[in-house]
Amino acid sequence: MTITTAGYSLLPVLPELMLAVGAMALLMIGAFNGPKVTGLVTTLAVCLLVVVGAAEIMLPAGKHVTFAGSFIVDDYARFLKVLAIIASAVTLILSREFLGDQSRRIFEYAILVLLSTLGMMVLISAGDLIMLYLGLELMSLSLYVVAASNRDNAKSTEAGLKYFVLGALSSGMLLYGASMVYGFTGTVSFAGIAAEAKTGNIGLVFGLVFLLAGLCFKVSAVPFHMWTPDVYEGAPTPVTAFFASAPKVAALAVFTRVALTAFPGIVVQWQQVVVFVSLASMVLGSFAAIGQTNIKRLMAYSSIGHMGFALVGLAAGTQEGAQGVLVYIAIYVAMTLGTFAIILTMKRNGQPVETIKDFAGLSRTNPIIAFFFAMFLFSLAGVPPLAGFFGKFYVFMAAIKSGLFVLAVVGVLASVVGAFYYLSIVKLMYFDEPVGKLDPMRVELRTVLAVAGVFNVLFFVYPAPLVNAASFAAKSLF
Amino acid sequence: MASVMTWPVLSVVTFLPIVGAILIYLSRGDDEAAQGNARWIALWTTLITFAVSLILVMRFDPSNGDFQFVEKAPWLAATINYHMGVDGISLPFVILTTALMPFCILCSWKSVTNRVREYMIAFLFLETLMIGTFSALDLVLFYLFFEGGLIPMFLIIGIWGGPRRVYAAFKFFLYTFLGSVLMLLAIMALYWNAGTTDIPTLMHTAVPRNLQTWAWLAFFASFAVKMPMWPVHTWLPDAHVEAPTAGSVVLAAILLKMGGYGFLRFSLPMFPDASVYFSPMVWTLSVIAIVYTSLVALMQEDIKKLIAYSSVAHMGYVTMGIFAGTTQGVSGAVFQMVSHGIVSGALFLCVGVVYDRLHTREIAAYGGLVNRMPIYAALFMVFTMANVGLPGTSGFVGEFLTLIGTFKVSIPTATFACAGVILSAAYALWLYRKVVFGELTKPALQGIKDITFREGLVLVPLVVLTILFGVYPKPVLDMSAASIQLLVNNYAAATSAVKAAALLQ
Repeated sequence: MTITTAGYSLLPVLPELMLAVGAMALLMIGAFNGPKVTGLVTTLAVCLLVVVGAAEIMLPAGKHVTFAGSFIVDDYARFLKVLAIIASAVTLILSREFLGDQSRRIFEYAILVLLSTLGMMVLISAGDLIMLYLGLELMSLSLYVVAASNRDNAKSTEAGLKYFVLGALSSGMLLYGASMVYGFTGTVSFAGIAAEAKTGNIGLVFGLVFLLAGLCFKVSAVPFHMWTPDVYEGAPTPVTAFFASAPKVAALAVFTRVALTAFPGIVVQWQQVVVFVSLASMVLGSFAAIGQTNIKRLMAYSSIGHMGFALVGLAAGTQEGAQGVLVYIAIYVAMTLGTFAIILTMKRNGQPVETIKDFAGLSRTNPIIAFFFAMFLFSLAGVPPLAGFFGKFYVFMAAIKSGLFVLAVVGVLASVVGAFYYLSIVKLMYFDEPVGKLDPMRVELRTVLAVAGVFNVLFFVYPAPLVNAASFAAKSLF
Repeated sequence: MASVMTWPVLSVVTFLPIVGAILIYLSRGDDEAAQGNARWIALWTTLITFAVSLILVMRFDPSNGDFQFVEKAPWLAATINYHMGVDGISLPFVILTTALMPFCILCSWKSVTNRVREYMIAFLFLETLMIGTFSALDLVLFYLFFEGGLIPMFLIIGIWGGPRRVYAAFKFFLYTFLGSVLMLLAIMALYWNAGTTDIPTLMHTAVPRNLQTWAWLAFFASFAVKMPMWPVHTWLPDAHVEAPTAGSVVLAAILLKMGGYGFLRFSLPMFPDASVYFSPMVWTLSVIAIVYTSLVALMQEDIKKLIAYSSVAHMGYVTMGIFAGTTQGVSGAVFQMVSHGIVSGALFLCVGVVYDRLHTREIAAYGGLVNRMPIYAALFMVFTMANVGLPGTSGFVGEFLTLIGTFKVSIPTATFACAGVILSAAYALWLYRKVVFGELTKPALQGIKDITFREGLVLVPLVVLTILFGVYPKPVLDMSAASIQLLVNNYAAATSAVKAAALLQ
């Protein structure tokens, strides 16, 4: 099958085209029928994501490059795109209840999630700085709006605005860095930059640092994490689940691709930046979470810490490291979505409850939810044999091979500190007296929780598929 | 016959308890009948597991020092496999675990009335993880079992424990976790050094001297906490005091042995040079543990705390014997661990008997029990004497062998350690006199009843084992002899090669 336009093959971008056209069509359906079709649009959006994901997998194997090297589809892109699509689709499923409310029948929500996902796919496949920026902005602009989607709520609007202002700042830094990199190498394509950037001249390094600063903002790594707790707390909970999963996949993907394919000649220069960012994120994520009382804020600090752990793999700068990042992010997404399915269930008498104290005695009132949540928490803390352990295992393995001993030791110590606050929630659920039964769990939340929970608990039985897929994907970067 | 020989006995023993746990989970309900079902299923599961584990003993070839019942299947990656097997060092611990679990279930029969199903499920999972720890032959698999045990134990202490259970559970978890994550990094370093985490392969792979030092320290961080050695023992008294009786039994009898097992399985064979280099430090810490914690035990007002400190002291003999690196020292250490598993487990069961009646562990609350509980007094005496190390009880054999083994390499260490024998007699006899002898004056004790049939069923077999192994220790010693000889020979060869190289320079 050959589809071309202006001499460029369109086959590699076929899934993206499908998603874009589909999103437009759904927008039309919504615009002509009004809020009453919100449910239908959301359902169709999930179906569309499934189709796009299938199309992505069915693309002919191997590496495809189009638009003169701007757009790359390789095993790496496939792995991460499928992951991002799954995360987006699950988020839409988790949002059904939120959108079901009379006052919040906004069909645009699903469209925005779709467009944001399109941005992620472009971002993951980006082969030059222009495509990177294109994808990043498409993703971020949709996210700013989604954050404020509960428009009558002051906190939600504040979250959207805060995210937008800080996001614009980071985009500015990223663009500034990109222009400097272009200025010193004369090209925007990653392959071209890699060919030029053999020595770390000061201008190029400046550009690199600004570029990385912009990307750190998107993965919410310290010191560019400040927006995370506020946005996580302010945004509606399904949106928070979205922020914590799919965009993180895309941002981490492009971070890894830029570092490993555009700057392989100056590893030492970017490695020190990544090591610092990773250390700071792990330590801050662990310590700052201890004092939190709101579960969404706690998850924000937890995600900051987890991004730090994932970046340990990138800091190694090797194929094993990239594999570690991929395994980590995949497991992280499963743990996060499962956890948010539980947070969304936390309702008493129709009112959502968000403080950590509300989990007290959950093991008595809702034993199955409590069991899965406890397993997620142990997994987030990295206790074997749960899935989270394997994520940490692969990134630290890569760090040890690359001789980053200090990073590894500080990292595992931070994970012990982190274990403390995860355990405090387990303590509340299992050791303390109950405060009341939860409302019955909705069927879609139950499904998400069951799938994510079983994956988390039984991952160790048959870990080979994910590990091998990540290994293939990592290989395609080198 | 072939089909009988090829079924994976070891994996069945390891994972059978989980089958029981699933059965308990499936038996819904929370009324009396459901609780009764949970108890019986748990008891039968542990009994069947024990019976199957006896097949291991029967088919075990004691003259072969290598790993037996080996099972291997692909798992995580090409070089990280599901690899199980036991040798003469690990088999005694597997049997110890399977043998003690029915007692743990029995002693919780009446004392645990709250969330019985969850309790039994937690214990069965814990059993699988403990057996797996002793029979894993891959470092990553070992780590999975070793660390996985923290989750059920954390819940057992935290849910069914005493008044300060939350503090104790957190302390237990975080202490152990901290030590273990460092070991995880060392496991990774070993992987990159040898390209595998297969334990038998790693035992025959030379590790560079520099890496040996760091890896030894990282493993030491984990096992010293688990053991526990002075000065990282402080989690143990808290965990013991707060845990329910069965939790204390498992903790003292089996979980502590993982530290000693780790030293034998990893530190000595994989890092022989570092082990020699650090052995004076280990001896020093062991002697401090023996003398200092015995003195601390003398000052305790809580029965469980006293036994906990005495456990630390007894584990001091184990570490001392292991790092003596002599045949007597190592086999004494293995024997001491098995014996301590029986004796300390039994002592905690004895405490549980009176705790169930009076709901206090204060030594001062008791006195004169012999008047109303003569059978209990007799049984308790046997275990007290075994704890002291009286000849004729199993406690003596282990202490004696470790002391002989250490005497050959370090006379001062052995000399100071001997002082501990006297001190252990002091605190154990003092405890026994305060609790059992004297006038029965306290009003709360006037109506106390002697042990029931169920309690007798738990304690009598342990008395038999204590005395049997005291006068006839051969079964345990023979089972482990070949493996220990192999370990000691390899250790001596590796270290003498280093000494020879040093002389040549």
